[in-house]
Amino acid sequence: MTKISTKQTGTTRRGALKTLAAGAAATSLPLWARYAQAQTSEPIRVGFQMHRTGIGAAYGRWYDRTTEAAARLINEAGGINGRPLEIVVEDDGTDPKRGAEVVEKFATQHNCDVGYGTLFSHVVAGSAPRAGELKLPYFVVSEGHHVASGALNRYTVQPGITDVKSQVQAMAPFVASNLGKKVTMIFPDYAFGHDHRDFFSAAIEAQGGEVVAKLAIPPTETSFTKYFPKIPRDTEVIYHVMVGPAVLTFVKEMGEFFGPSRPEIFGFIDSLEAVDISSPGLEFLEGTYFWEGMPRYAQAEQSPYDKFYREHVGVDDKGASLSDAKDVSTYAHMFGCWETLFVIKAGMEAAGYQGPQDRPALIEAVEAMTEMPYSNEHPQGAKVFNGKTHQVFGPQYISKLEGGMLKVQHTTSIEDGYYPDEVDYTKMSF
Amino acid sequence: MDFGPYLMLASLEGAVTAAVLALTAIGLSLVFGVMRVVNVAHGEFFMLGAVLAWWVASHVGGPPALGFVAALAIAPLAVGGLAALADMTVLKRVAYDPERTIVATIGILYIIQQVTLMTYGPEARPVEPLFNTRLALPWVEWGESGLQLYWPWGLSTTSYKLFVIGAAAAVLVGVWLLMARTRIGLLMRATQLDREMALAFGIPVERVYAMVFGIGGALAALGAVLIVPIQQAHYLMGGDPLLLSFIVVIIGGLGSLPGTVAAAIFIGLSDSLTLVILPWLLNYFLPGLEIDVSPTLSKILATLLVALVLVFRPQGLFGTGAK
Repeated sequence: MTKISTKQTGTTRRGALKTLAAGAAATSLPLWARYAQAQTSEPIRVGFQMHRTGIGAAYGRWYDRTTEAAARLINEAGGINGRPLEIVVEDDGTDPKRGAEVVEKFATQHNCDVGYGTLFSHVVAGSAPRAGELKLPYFVVSEGHHVASGALNRYTVQPGITDVKSQVQAMAPFVASNLGKKVTMIFPDYAFGHDHRDFFSAAIEAQGGEVVAKLAIPPTETSFTKYFPKIPRDTEVIYHVMVGPAVLTFVKEMGEFFGPSRPEIFGFIDSLEAVDISSPGLEFLEGTYFWEGMPRYAQAEQSPYDKFYREHVGVDDKGASLSDAKDVSTYAHMFGCWETLFVIKAGMEAAGYQGPQDRPALIEAVEAMTEMPYSNEHPQGAKVFNGKTHQVFGPQYISKLEGGMLKVQHTTSIEDGYYPDEVDYTKMSF
Repeated sequence: MDFGPYLMLASLEGAVTAAVLALTAIGLSLVFGVMRVVNVAHGEFFMLGAVLAWWVASHVGGPPALGFVAALAIAPLAVGGLAALADMTVLKRVAYDPERTIVATIGILYIIQQVTLMTYGPEARPVEPLFNTRLALPWVEWGESGLQLYWPWGLSTTSYKLFVIGAAAAVLVGVWLLMARTRIGLLMRATQLDREMALAFGIPVERVYAMVFGIGGALAALGAVLIVPIQQAHYLMGGDPLLLSFIVVIIGGLGSLPGTVAAAIFIGLSDSLTLVILPWLLNYFLPGLEIDVSPTLSKILATLLVALVLVFRPQGLFGTGAK
């Protein structure tokens, strides 16, 4: 048995108490030593739920740059209610479970005033309920129809970007009258794809058209040739919304399948976000049409707002980074971040937001918003916000790929995208 | 498209998948057979092969074909070297203990994946193939003058896809020759049979292990270089090949190289063929019901079919049973 040492370590009781007291003071320093002058110098914290890794990483990067640019502008103009805007970034890995954890971190650990920035709809579905439970205003930039469908909660709002149902519906008239009435739809077999399938089928049938085939491709599929034979011969238009890293393969193989004779093709630019249109293998897309959330290429009639926006975010007239022409942006989506931050600012100023106790007032102030004019704060186009459904409506752009450039052929009106309200969040309690 | 041409198209597509899968799985099978360890980072070696192929191709000037050939030579060697290095620095230290190797290779997986994200970025980038022309394929029909060829709409393949099938077959033959006819192959087989005995005979087992790990990684990278002009290089592309390689190795029978090839062909084809055959079968036997089988459902059924192999043959197709 070893002898247990009974030597004193040299610490007395008083010494230990002094150290403990000093330690407690030091750790609690942030609580009392900071912002000693006034509550008003403390920044407004917006928790940015960023897809830094995972399948949404390409979007996350550009969402980050756009967020940074908008925040810089807001701070240069004096901040929100005289307080500086601070963006707190957390990576959710494009994962719903991690998203819910990040929302919790924003509310409890980082003391954020609001949460913001989620894109992928499955992550929104996993994170927004937690935001509702924690009573954290949650501004999503997602395009998903979840918000307006009534599936979420009163704290979740989508004021900066239009939703899929609205986009798809606005496309149907152009497709039916310019491209063809017999449509084959090719979409990924999960929520995003199902939304397109359901909404577009209804919309094209309302235009007198017909969906002759619906090809639901398994989402992680990497080779597509084996699906194309299912396309009926009498198809006039192919409508495709494939997303993910395999999109280039999809386009290439579609081109190889059809060879020289192809039907009209209408796609969503989601397929090619962050991808250079002049990439090898995409030649097949020449002459095909795309929905664009915001025209990637600066058009001949470029608005001064688009010019301002491009300059501050750091993209050139081709939608690529000013510092690296090969770094193509997710131009059709990232404007949502810019516009949402300005909506947060406007909402906080209208509500006289001081702190977390004013969160319900902030939501009510946003719900009261209606028209958002075409401006530097809303460079994608004028918008109309529906306070009851928490969803904003705006113009959509239809472009044709000609000579390696996307040229806008048609801009839909805001009304083209309207659909009947499916929920009234204002009747729900906080 | 009619059933015959569609079946041919699906078979060709399945053959391309099977070819690349066979190369990747053989690498894993070698590692498991000789070293008796599970390499969870195997998919990342695959991904690195594709990413390095893009890097080489984008830095080599001249015609795209030159970039691809350079990538074909450089990427597998580089990845093989990295794999051997990982073995010598990491796996040797954990003494090839099964559980510790799994944990260690998971760590290697994350390091490789995230470093690639940090340097290469999150986008999928294309690599131009060696050559790529669309080849319309004929089918036979009964015409006025007997059997004659016609070219059904959409029935086509590309010259590059045929090249992939041929190249993979050639490499597999090369691997077989290596294992069966060379001294190195002899050393590897001896180490696989009985490690202690091999040591007693003076075989440098640790160096054999490093070489096997390196070859395993190089084969996966080679498969990736072949498929990258069709699929593009993306930092997350290692996940599916990892899963599929494991399935192939287990279905084929642990430690059996012919089994791995057979299983790769079976699994590579099952997906595409189920897509074509299942709806046809349903419509043939139950024509009134007009059942529409979604691709996702057919994929699920194809996977179930593969799993059924283990129900009837638990040791795998060519497995030797518990020793």
